[in-house]
Amino acid sequence: MNSAAHNQYPPALDVYALRADFPALAQQINGHPLVYLDNSATTQKPQAVIDAVADFYSRDNANVHRGVHRLSQRASDRFDGAREKVRAFINAPSCAEVIFTQGTTGAINLVAQSYGRSILNKADEVLVSAMEHHANIVPWQLLCEETGATLKVAPMNNNAELLLEDFANLLSEKTRIVALTHVSNALGTINPIQKLTRQAHQAGAVVLIDGAQSVAHGPVDVQSLECDFFAFSGHKLYGPTGIGVLYGREALLEAMPPWLGGGDMIRTVSFEGSTWNALPYKFEAGTPHIAGVVGLGAAIDYLDAIGLQAISAHEQALLVLATQRAHSQPGMRIIGNASDKAAIVSFELDGIHPHDVGTILDSVGVAIRTGHHCAMPVMEFFGVPATARASFGLYNTAEDINALFDAITKTQSLFAR
Amino acid sequence: MNDLRDLYQEVIFDHNRSPRNFGMLEHPTHQAHGVNPLCGDELTVSLVLDKGGVIEDLLFEGRGCAISTASASIMTEILKGLSVPEADRYFDAFHAMATGQTPSQTDLPALTKLEVLSGVRDYPARVKCATLAWHTVRSALRNASASVTTE
Repeated sequence: MNSAAHNQYPPALDVYALRADFPALAQQINGHPLVYLDNSATTQKPQAVIDAVADFYSRDNANVHRGVHRLSQRASDRFDGAREKVRAFINAPSCAEVIFTQGTTGAINLVAQSYGRSILNKADEVLVSAMEHHANIVPWQLLCEETGATLKVAPMNNNAELLLEDFANLLSEKTRIVALTHVSNALGTINPIQKLTRQAHQAGAVVLIDGAQSVAHGPVDVQSLECDFFAFSGHKLYGPTGIGVLYGREALLEAMPPWLGGGDMIRTVSFEGSTWNALPYKFEAGTPHIAGVVGLGAAIDYLDAIGLQAISAHEQALLVLATQRAHSQPGMRIIGNASDKAAIVSFELDGIHPHDVGTILDSVGVAIRTGHHCAMPVMEFFGVPATARASFGLYNTAEDINALFDAITKTQSLFAR
Repeated sequence: MNDLRDLYQEVIFDHNRSPRNFGMLEHPTHQAHGVNPLCGDELTVSLVLDKGGVIEDLLFEGRGCAISTASASIMTEILKGLSVPEADRYFDAFHAMATGQTPSQTDLPALTKLEVLSGVRDYPARVKCATLAWHTVRSALRNASASVTTE
């Protein structure tokens, strides 16, 4: 997600060819072609991912790391192979540092409950930002309630940019964990993670990055971000739901106690006590979402073949276009105007509730998200109950933006009479 | 195909633009707060029940989408002057209507007034918007002070 990537003029995407890879896009809603602009909530799946999951269940389905039979071997190979793809995708040093979870939420809760609970004391502080998703607030609130630690919040300005000076001032020797979103789901802001991570490390804190909104939209390298933990979900990455990843630095993961207990995470079990399996299995109790992992591997293959830099450049061009259109649309206000933004446009229309906007847009096939985007503190900061949000993915086009603004104009004229 | 006009009728826009009975009573006998966390709609209903058990005055205040605002506005017009059992019958009739059933309370004189909102039955995600005010007023009538959510 570093902005240098935008200057390298990657080859333009053949978006129309790519769209053909996504069967869900080729449908009509209310007699209109579907215009899918809810990619921050979840992305559509390319046929390659759908096929990988179906193929796994059709031929290779078995439990992993448990049997000597052929299917179990094939399932294990596909499962382990996908982990290596994930490792390479985020440039983690080792597969031991790639833990499969149910999603970003599961990954953050794992860190809060295992790492957080084992190190936090009453006098300690956890620092988050004002633009976090509930998934990067509530696990820390629960942890602070359990341990007596204090949750601190780094503020943002009216453009939805983190206030760097305030962030630095909030860091102290009390700060043990800093949990920040890479890209805000409600506002689109891209945070300067490497810089923030360095400051947090200087204060002695460990840093977790919520990468749910960043991994599908530009290259992510956990080593250059210098973070200690990085969490993301498969389903926002054109992969299946129910699967996610926690990257963690090996030394931290080794020292952390297990969170969930069960099969696969143990080395030995007796009624006197048990010993834990090696990383990453120590944190993967029970039968994992094997088909989900296989599908996630296929999604990564698909994205690698296109190139994350090309996807980023394409989406940035869409963002520029949508932002220009929004500025010339009367009665429309964008919420979240950070200088470094992902292709997410949260907006308000004068005198029209976002829920009405969503229904009217849907009537002409335009799918957007309306509501608080699981970021109620963000809504409170901007003094709105909810926003409408168009969020773009690799398959969106300038025509999609035209359809969005035609539908917005229609909504405004309906309400104007 | 659902016709948007079945949901967004002119009467809805009218009530959304100028909601009737909007505000807070200074000395209500009953009051309740309702929220729809999914869309951030919230409203407060305050009312005065007279000694005979009749809704003497009824106001609502809050912010919400056109459907929830219009529904609350129309509701206050209908319920003012009614007894609690009568209000309950309207609640049941409206609930049936919004969820795609045929109300059995066909004798209710203001039933046709509610029909402008029956379009929500084709929009499952919007039913909660239309019923929020009704759930809130029912809650106020049951407990003198209450809080409800449509989630």
